[in-house]
Amino acid sequence: MSATAAAKTDWDQPGFAGGEHHEPSFIRKYIFSTDHKIIAIQFLVTSLFFLIVGGLLAVMIRWQLGFPGAPLPGGDLLPDTMAPGGIILPEFYNAMVTMHGTFMIFFAIMPLMVGVFGNLLIPLQIGAGDMAFPKLNMLSFWLAVPAGFIMLASFFVEGGAAGAGWTAYAPLSADGEYTGVYLGQQLWLVSLFILGFSSIAGAVNYVTTIINMRAPGLTWFRLPLTIWSLFITSFLVLLAIPILAGALIMLLTDQTLGTTFFLPAGGGEPLLWQHLFWFFGHPEVYILILPAMGIVSDILSNGARKPVFGYHAMVLAIIAIAFLGWIVWGHHMFMSGMNPMLGTTFMITTMVIAVPSAIKVFNWLGTLWRGNIEFHAPLLYSVGFVSLFIVGGLSGIFMASTPVDIYIHDTYFIVAHIHYVLFGGSLFAIFAGITFWYPKMFGRMMSSFWNKIHFVLTFIFYSMAFFPMHGLGLEGMMRRLYDPTQYAYLAELQPWNQFISISVFLLAATQVIYFANFTLSLWKGEKATANPWRANSLEWSVPSPPPHGNFERIPIVYRGPYEYSSPESDEDFYPQFVPPRQKTAPRPEPQPTAD
Amino acid sequence: MSQAATMPIEERAPEPGLGIYNLKLGIWIFLLSEVMFFTALIGSYVILRFAHPDHFAAPGEVLNVPLTAVNTFILICSSVTMVKAYAAIEKDDQKGLKQWLLATIVLGSTFVGVQVYEYIHLVNDGFVPDAQAYVESGLAGGPLYSSTFYLMTGFHGVHVALGVGALIFILIKAMRGAYSSQRLGGVEGVGLYWHFVDLVWIVLFTIVYLI
Amino acid sequence: MNWLLDPSFSTFGPDIDRLYYIILVITGLVFVLTEFLLFYFLFKYRKKEGRKAEYSHGSTKAEVIWTLIPFVIVVAIGLMSVSVWDQIKNPVEFPNPDYEIIVSARQFEWDAIYPGADGELGTEDDFTVLNRIHVPVNEPILVHLEAEDVIHSFFVPDFRLKQDAVPGMTIPVWFEVTEPGEYILGCAELCGIGHYRMDGMIVVLTAEEYREWEAGQIAFHSGERSPDEGDVVASRGDEEDSDETQDTGGP
Repeated sequence: MSATAAAKTDWDQPGFAGGEHHEPSFIRKYIFSTDHKIIAIQFLVTSLFFLIVGGLLAVMIRWQLGFPGAPLPGGDLLPDTMAPGGIILPEFYNAMVTMHGTFMIFFAIMPLMVGVFGNLLIPLQIGAGDMAFPKLNMLSFWLAVPAGFIMLASFFVEGGAAGAGWTAYAPLSADGEYTGVYLGQQLWLVSLFILGFSSIAGAVNYVTTIINMRAPGLTWFRLPLTIWSLFITSFLVLLAIPILAGALIMLLTDQTLGTTFFLPAGGGEPLLWQHLFWFFGHPEVYILILPAMGIVSDILSNGARKPVFGYHAMVLAIIAIAFLGWIVWGHHMFMSGMNPMLGTTFMITTMVIAVPSAIKVFNWLGTLWRGNIEFHAPLLYSVGFVSLFIVGGLSGIFMASTPVDIYIHDTYFIVAHIHYVLFGGSLFAIFAGITFWYPKMFGRMMSSFWNKIHFVLTFIFYSMAFFPMHGLGLEGMMRRLYDPTQYAYLAELQPWNQFISISVFLLAATQVIYFANFTLSLWKGEKATANPWRANSLEWSVPSPPPHGNFERIPIVYRGPYEYSSPESDEDFYPQFVPPRQKTAPRPEPQPTAD
Repeated sequence: MSQAATMPIEERAPEPGLGIYNLKLGIWIFLLSEVMFFTALIGSYVILRFAHPDHFAAPGEVLNVPLTAVNTFILICSSVTMVKAYAAIEKDDQKGLKQWLLATIVLGSTFVGVQVYEYIHLVNDGFVPDAQAYVESGLAGGPLYSSTFYLMTGFHGVHVALGVGALIFILIKAMRGAYSSQRLGGVEGVGLYWHFVDLVWIVLFTIVYLI
Repeated sequence: MNWLLDPSFSTFGPDIDRLYYIILVITGLVFVLTEFLLFYFLFKYRKKEGRKAEYSHGSTKAEVIWTLIPFVIVVAIGLMSVSVWDQIKNPVEFPNPDYEIIVSARQFEWDAIYPGADGELGTEDDFTVLNRIHVPVNEPILVHLEAEDVIHSFFVPDFRLKQDAVPGMTIPVWFEVTEPGEYILGCAELCGIGHYRMDGMIVVLTAEEYREWEAGQIAFHSGERSPDEGDVVASRGDEEDSDETQDTGGP
């Protein structure tokens, strides 16, 4: 009873061996595709688009902060309700701050992590032909698209886009009277509600696929850490998103039906929103960072040509973070007026959750230790991730300590922290992941030279932009200020704000290199072999890009994914799919793929 | 296969997967999500009720408990007929499957119908979600009462209605002979969902109407 | 700009600052150590032809060590924080205040309500001061923090003090200032389009000055005297734009 046993439950599974082999039409193949690889690319394109949108918003925000009151270059193009004569209005500033956070978190980082890498890698790395529910997968993408465009459209409705922050604290968000934004806030709620369905559909797919469709021999502790992290992340999505959905509905009825869940005038509780939002929101933080940790672990091991240090500890750390992530939400609310005794409880749990993150950092260092490190571009991005994540993790200790948080809560220290984990962390891992799996997606390599230029410039400008924000926070500069020069003591810091703004402009300009490299390499890139990084996991056993159905026949897995420099192999890697008895060199090229 | 055969025993693949077919596993995982959704709604209700007991009228003062008790019984019966439908197809009893599915659909629709009837009466009495209008209606309790009531029972009602839709879909497929004792994933999946919705109602009925 | 904090002017400010510096030193050391190791390993173990990486899957001993040490450190930081936190935020541990005021936040002003001649809050003779909150030095002040519309946050950087003001709640806040002067009060929670200009001032006076000021205010509010330049007054709900009255610089 080995591989044949899979046949007994095959009625709901797509064929491993490619299934039907008729050539689908263009629309079926590229638009309404059920192929996980195409869906991954669709998610990639749309979320990169929203990444650009979020980035442009950031540039405009930084313009206003660096040069308050000066007309935005090119700002004449914006309607007078946003920036008359190019001068950004406070309501438009609040809308930009809200939408920058919303787009980046929900429409860029989250789909890049979960939508792109989840879709691309889960079937390929576990040796499956596709997802368990390919049509549900397609639905997941086609729910995310309208959600994104509803969000985008909200800029152009009467009153403009939501302006209550991405956290939408009630009562500010619950009654348009307070912000002057009615429809915009409602569209914000509706858009996220739709996106929630998309995320849950994806997560159901991922969990089912990982549990049920692993290739023979691929036991739990032979899974790449990317898969582990996506598996745990999917559970977080499944359990956290519905909480947000419930909260969104209540806020929407407060806005439209006259209920008062969060409005004290009718007996409602503003803090209830915060509890619901952060009960969702803190697991969401880990949804955004866990896959990054998995990806980085894989790439560091590949670059160092060395097994991941402490694989089991890494898996346990992911699981520990996911569990503890449910009991720390109150640390976002130390100043909210909730019972101070709760503050102490949440502080302790928050302190404890720092431990698994520390374990991961030390294990990454351990992975590099005594390696034979090949500085390919994905490794550089991953090293960038580790070095910036250390800063983001350590700055978290300051705000976890409740008394210190009294001072730095809602200041730029927090802004620095979130950008260290989400940009320095998640986005660097995304750059690493896209670069690493680009050949598997498109069959060509990105230009390594330009990737390295991009990495160095991004790392420098990133640090120039975000590191000084810690200092601004320590000087007492609050978040979400339209014009910090209103405060005399902040006006003195204006040179720093200008320095940060210029760094952000340079940082944004640098990203053009990556997008150009990404686009041009589609046609000009060097053709990729099946296994260009000489890596171990199953996706490298099939051609780049893999055919519909991925595997000609079910791969068999003989070992873990990190057998680099194994004494049993003559080369410095030993793929999971190479049978062990073969004492000759393992072949970097895949198992016979017919033609 | 040949490779597997040459592998030493300890290297040979332990069978991955849970031995539960994908659709069933997927439904279970989806239901986890649903649990959290209702947890958010019910949790908010509990918090608001503890914070503002004055907003909530005594059981039976505003809401029609006997009518809903009957409705609850109807929904529980529909779970029984759903079990019967599944049992029928397990024995390849096509006729039984169709009959019991139809019975479940009728009971489920009745439940939704009664709920709509109840809503209409409540709204006419002034039991509306709008806080201002509620206060003006002079009903016992406060606006949090009606808003949490409609939030929880409304979303439950939507779930029942979607379940009825799914059952109709399954019935149509059953009439085309899509199911057999070897192929009953759809029936089992919808059944799981149906029992879940039923279970949620028992919780809701208890905390909204009885306590 | 640097990692050192500006001096603080409340009694608990130094406690917060001390914790901050402890954490700064600990995290600073960890930062230097980890980043150094990272770059050292990258340099030392860069690819060399003919060398193979060490085939190691890790070490349980190392895992235990670097689980336990961070655990001990963060829990220690947590324990050090508890007493400071309780002292500042837990109403049970508040000092007995001689001065009580209500601060009520609304878009985009701060109303400070004083007890008036009878020394009791919530009576007829309470008077309200807009945006400039006067308090005596070296006395514990108890603020009953309220909000009328949306959530605001009462933030006095120089006191290391912050507390959200939530509509529907009255949240007790206390502080004791150690030096007379004018300290900026800001709103730290996004509260609408005027969030950025919701600033105010805590005017800290010596005991004598404060008595004088209070007497003057009581006299003024009971109609015994006409307003002079020093008065910044408003009744609740006053829409007057107060920007001109508060252009004083930092402390």
